Amino acid sequence: MRFLRQAIGLIASLLVTVLGLTAVTFSIGRFIPVDPVLAIVGDHASKSTYDRVRIEIGLDRSIPEQYVIYLKKVLSGDFGHSVMTSNPVLDDLAHFFPATLELATVATLIGVFVGVPAGVAAGALKGRWPDHIVRFLGLFGYSMPIFWLGLVGLWLFYGKLGWVSGPGRIDVGYDDLVTTRTGLLLVDSAIERNWDVFFNALSHLVLPAALLGYISLAYIARMTRSFIIEQLGQEYIVAARVKGCSFWGAVWRHAFPNVFVPLITVIGLSYASLLEGAVLTETVFAWPGLGLYITRSLFNADMNAVLGGTLVVGAVFIGINALSDFLYKIVDPRLRGA
Amino acid sequence: MSEIATIDAAPRSQAEARLRGLARAFARLIANPLAAIGLVVVLALVAMALFANVVSFHVPPNQQDLNARLLPPGAAHWFGTDDLGRDIYARVVFGARVTLSIVALVGVIVAPIGLAVGTSAGYFGGIVDVALMRVTDIFLAFPRLVLALAFAAALGPGIENAVIAIAITAWPPYARIARAETVTIAKSDYIAAVVLQGASSARILFRHIVPLCLSSVIVRLTLDMAGIILTAAGLGFLGLGAQPPTAEWGAMVAAGRDVVLDQWWVATIPGLAIFIVSLGFNLLGDGLRDVFDPRSS
Repeated sequence: MRFLRQAIGLIASLLVTVLGLTAVTFSIGRFIPVDPVLAIVGDHASKSTYDRVRIEIGLDRSIPEQYVIYLKKVLSGDFGHSVMTSNPVLDDLAHFFPATLELATVATLIGVFVGVPAGVAAGALKGRWPDHIVRFLGLFGYSMPIFWLGLVGLWLFYGKLGWVSGPGRIDVGYDDLVTTRTGLLLVDSAIERNWDVFFNALSHLVLPAALLGYISLAYIARMTRSFIIEQLGQEYIVAARVKGCSFWGAVWRHAFPNVFVPLITVIGLSYASLLEGAVLTETVFAWPGLGLYITRSLFNADMNAVLGGTLVVGAVFIGINALSDFLYKIVDPRLRGA
Repeated sequence: MSEIATIDAAPRSQAEARLRGLARAFARLIANPLAAIGLVVVLALVAMALFANVVSFHVPPNQQDLNARLLPPGAAHWFGTDDLGRDIYARVVFGARVTLSIVALVGVIVAPIGLAVGTSAGYFGGIVDVALMRVTDIFLAFPRLVLALAFAAALGPGIENAVIAIAITAWPPYARIARAETVTIAKSDYIAAVVLQGASSARILFRHIVPLCLSSVIVRLTLDMAGIILTAAGLGFLGLGAQPPTAEWGAMVAAGRDVVLDQWWVATIPGLAIFIVSLGFNLLGDGLRDVFDPRSS
């Protein structure tokens, strides 16, 4: 019962937030200095054509009415057509989204599998060298412009050392060799056991994913560290040690399970912010994902595409945050009543 | 450190007490080497922006010399030249002005909005609180960079619009902080005393509550500066910030993108400037937090 009420509360607040997001994208659409009617009919249209189109797209109505029309369209999945690709924006987004998802997922995996152990080590050995290393890596990660890191990475690992493949998601020769099932190249090629494609895709993915993973690692390690320090100060740790538990046994068996719960939220937050941070990385690596789609549309004054992309990234961002908040409450029994 | 104060005589005026408090805080800040480094970096940035002409040896940042294109770093051009033969050192120095003005403008817009929203929500409570914090939560839930991107796209590229776009997405955390502080302050006896004396809500908010929220807002602002610099540089990199030929670090990195494999210095050096400055603000912010808000460290 309580669970149900919580779920309803969560969904309600989620709806309000998403509604707010649509209100913002709608207002941005109204801000543009470009006359949306002229964009459709062109400069030479007669007054009567202009007026007809103006009424057709509902610009003669009041702003609240226009918003309701916009909302209805968005809810039915109609984001309008992209001027640049002349496809429905929703189709474009579905086409570009998997690339971003693949990049952000691999980056988050790197962040979790390196960041969590590093954070635990730093917290447990507070003030010793592993702690200092993690703190500095974290500080650098927070201060580094990701697009610059990407360029330096390309220059070093692609240009100088030749360890990885250059920009793009796959070499031209490997295009369309596997059927698109999930849109995730690594998964699609693994299903068909086409390892050539798999390793080619991997050699393109590894650098942008590692750089994004570093940013995620910096955040995850920093948070893990402070959670561990907090737990190690608790009396149950002292009790475990008194009963003969080894130091690392106390850290991993007793402190870590308690850290695991707040970590879920941290990982969720980091995942969501990577989906967004991918915008700049994708531009540097010519990675055909949502970020590249949004920025390219931007320079073609393709407002439908930009706003549709913003709405999708925003909704996913909000959704992941809410989900990690929810998981947090399920996993930690103490929070169920809260 | 804090022993300095204890041996001093009692302050004679309110102003003296405040000054001494500041001096003590400053001494504690400087005692932390990392924070001191951060402070030096930030002061150097300010000095570079103020005296850009002198620091750049009077080389104009936009002076082209097509015979000296893409020269590597050397004695004549410390950081080399870009694809139009402009001196990268001079452009990096003048870029400090752009970066600093973006950061300052965002701070000047964001802090008052956050304070106004947060303190009103915390002080009036009830429906005002619910409504204002709901709006804050909605803005907090948005992806910052993508939203700033959409705003900058709608308003058109340029520094002013980049500032507005960043500010619109950056104020919610300040409202949260100010509200949390106000809720505790509003319950205290001295506020009840001012209310009894018949002070208006506006007077209570501005004279008695806002000043007490200021320190945590300023600490948060310093920590945020790095993020603001990175977002601004990101917008510049995408071509939505400062427009050519303005020397802006993000845009300079973008200009060096196509030649990064052969002429690494064109893109790398301005990026290094962004990195050093945002690192400086992060170090200073961490230090300030330790001094003013030891609970959260």
